[in-house]
Amino acid sequence: MFKIVEARSVGFKIKQFVIEAPRIARKQKPGQFIILRLHDAGERIPLTIKCSDPKAGTVTIVVQSIGKTTSLLNLLETGDYILDIVGPLGHPSEIEKFGTVAILAGSVGTAMALPTANALKAVGNHVVFIEGARNTEMVVFEDEVRQASNEAYIMTDDGTYGEKGLVTKKLNDLLADGRKIDFVLAVGPVPMMRAVAQMTAPLGIKTMVSLNSIMVDGTGMCGGCRVLMGDKTKFACVDGPEFDASIVNFEVLTQRNAMYRDKELQSLQRFEENKEKELAQVRAQYAKQEAAHNG
Amino acid sequence: MVEKNTLPNKERMKIERRPMPEQNPELRSHNFKEVNLGLSAEDARIEASRCIACGKPACVTTCPVGVKVREVVDLIYAGDYLAAAAKMREDNALPAITGRVCPQEDQCEGGCIVGNKGKPVAIGNLERFIADFERESGKLGLPTNDPATGKSVAIVGSGPAGLSAAGDLIQKGHRVTVFEALHELGGVLIYGIPEFRLPKDIVRGEVDNLRKMGVVFETNVVVGKSVTIDELMQDEHYDAIFVATGAGLPKFLGIPGEHLNGVYSANEFLTRINLMRAYRFPEYDEPVYDCRDRDVVVVGGGNTAMDAVRTAKRLGAKSATLVYRRSEVEMPARKEEVHHAKEEGIQFLMLTNPIEMLGDEKGWLTGARCMRMELGEPDESGRRSPVEIKGSEFILPANMAVIGAGTSANPLIQGSTPDLKTNKKNYIVIDEETTRTSKRGVFAGGDIVTGGATVILAMGAGRKAAVSIHEYLTTGVWETAPKETATKA
Repeated sequence: MFKIVEARSVGFKIKQFVIEAPRIARKQKPGQFIILRLHDAGERIPLTIKCSDPKAGTVTIVVQSIGKTTSLLNLLETGDYILDIVGPLGHPSEIEKFGTVAILAGSVGTAMALPTANALKAVGNHVVFIEGARNTEMVVFEDEVRQASNEAYIMTDDGTYGEKGLVTKKLNDLLADGRKIDFVLAVGPVPMMRAVAQMTAPLGIKTMVSLNSIMVDGTGMCGGCRVLMGDKTKFACVDGPEFDASIVNFEVLTQRNAMYRDKELQSLQRFEENKEKELAQVRAQYAKQEAAHNG
Repeated sequence: MVEKNTLPNKERMKIERRPMPEQNPELRSHNFKEVNLGLSAEDARIEASRCIACGKPACVTTCPVGVKVREVVDLIYAGDYLAAAAKMREDNALPAITGRVCPQEDQCEGGCIVGNKGKPVAIGNLERFIADFERESGKLGLPTNDPATGKSVAIVGSGPAGLSAAGDLIQKGHRVTVFEALHELGGVLIYGIPEFRLPKDIVRGEVDNLRKMGVVFETNVVVGKSVTIDELMQDEHYDAIFVATGAGLPKFLGIPGEHLNGVYSANEFLTRINLMRAYRFPEYDEPVYDCRDRDVVVVGGGNTAMDAVRTAKRLGAKSATLVYRRSEVEMPARKEEVHHAKEEGIQFLMLTNPIEMLGDEKGWLTGARCMRMELGEPDESGRRSPVEIKGSEFILPANMAVIGAGTSANPLIQGSTPDLKTNKKNYIVIDEETTRTSKRGVFAGGDIVTGGATVILAMGAGRKAAVSIHEYLTTGVWETAPKETATKA
């Protein structure tokens, strides 16, 4: 069981958790992820690690309530426990000195991009961080974004904060202004990453995207997270999660990510009707394990 | 003094092999309960009386873990089932499991001399009987451990190789920790083999037995990611490591359309069902394609393909068809599974090979374009290789397809342990005698060395490694001379 030492809301339906997981904290590098499971009947879902503290033995994750498991997770508070967490999984981000790098992150993707931004800045890159969110309530970690970058822009879809428009608009503006950008990292919803790839590929700017395909084990064993890179099949969990955007087949990614859409909705609906019961089920796990331990 | 069988051999040979009681095929093809129900005590004794106590019991020599079958059978005949189970446990830490999933026809029962004229003694069924009898009696004949040696062993992977090595090493007085990447212990026994062939409670029971013997288990640790082999030795002070991570990555066919929704690797499909219990969605969160009243095609001829196709049938598939490019004779699956599958209404489409998966405009599978095959010259595996028949193309309707085309080596340990020698296919190279790898203190066995094989072979590898690890821990002597091991193609 993994103890939540701090849980706090950081935006609309977005929560940050600091969790005791010493093994993961010792090994985690920017770009890597964990897989967690909340209770005995729970599914395994991948979540990117925002940062870790090897001394304290903690990892930090940021979760947006979207489906059943993320919604249930976001009901947990400081002092609660998560049944299973495994990681750090996947390859770390490529960190080298490119020159000027642009990091485009959509809402909760900001948390995933932050450690990589910090690392890229630390090796001497000029980091331009473009954070996008639907509205002001979903803008997260602005201070940290400013710290992790040399230049930061906040974009909102409705213009309620920062500039109005998508992150790709800002990237387009910068490029139109003649800014030389040597490397781009995009972390966010598939349509956003796809739009970034379409923009940078013709310009020959090396661009990486962090793919969020559906996973089960996360160690290469099931192949459910397979993605098409050109004509090659890759597993996002062990070959990724970051891939060269110019060869990602986004169409197949979108199609595969939609595979369980109806079941996801069904699960979410069922959860909405039984929130308290589900939460009690998660909390009962710890008591059960304690009893087994003492008995 | 145990009661001896005084019946003359001629009479013993006349006794018919006791059939394994089974769930009715029609009934069981709609549930996940175990197919085989187990022998009664009376039948077990009758079955044991069929053994002619031959001079050279090939049942022992054909067993990869060397179970003293003759002595076990004698004890069953004498009615001392607990003693029989304890005798079994001297060589086999997981009898309730092997009694269910071993390919006995190729091993103990294949060697049984009674089988030359009639049917061999049902050793597998007897093994299962005594293991179940012991468990239900609650009087477990767990062996006692030798005095503590102060040495510690880390075992990577809690599948059959890891568990059997753990059982042997804990008995030798070493401290044993087993690391498992998934949240549940048992490896392929949990995620791969379905409930109807190996109930998960049986696996949990065997794991609990090891825990009672002192084995420590740590789940959610991916060695190679959460911790490396070097860190286990240097920072966590393990004196020896046994790498038993299994075969790993699923192979796909490399044909167009394998990315369509509805196409699974056998590993994924079975993991969703067995580990994640997706067949009980939405009570369980993990979803799986709803194949009720749909056409399902499973590609492959091994036990994994067989498990997948029988699972699809149980999920309510309209048709569940096994497609295999050779003929039934060449199928590597256990005979019993083939027989059970046919009883359950699985369609066998032999000498057929899919060349393309077809889908609709939304990316959902609609069918498999297949070719008819004929058998040509034998290939390197000695089996006649399938050759396409020109112009034989046809479309097989399919809403779900499961690819059981084998696996390739998982790279996580090798990638994080640069001084661990691997072969061309990235399997770990060991010295076959000692299971030692190229790295001091590190041993390996099971599918990560041989490529995909069987539960009992992995258990045999685990036992062999345990002997060698014990020797190394006792003597401290390490000679590295790993030879290339033959890897199954």
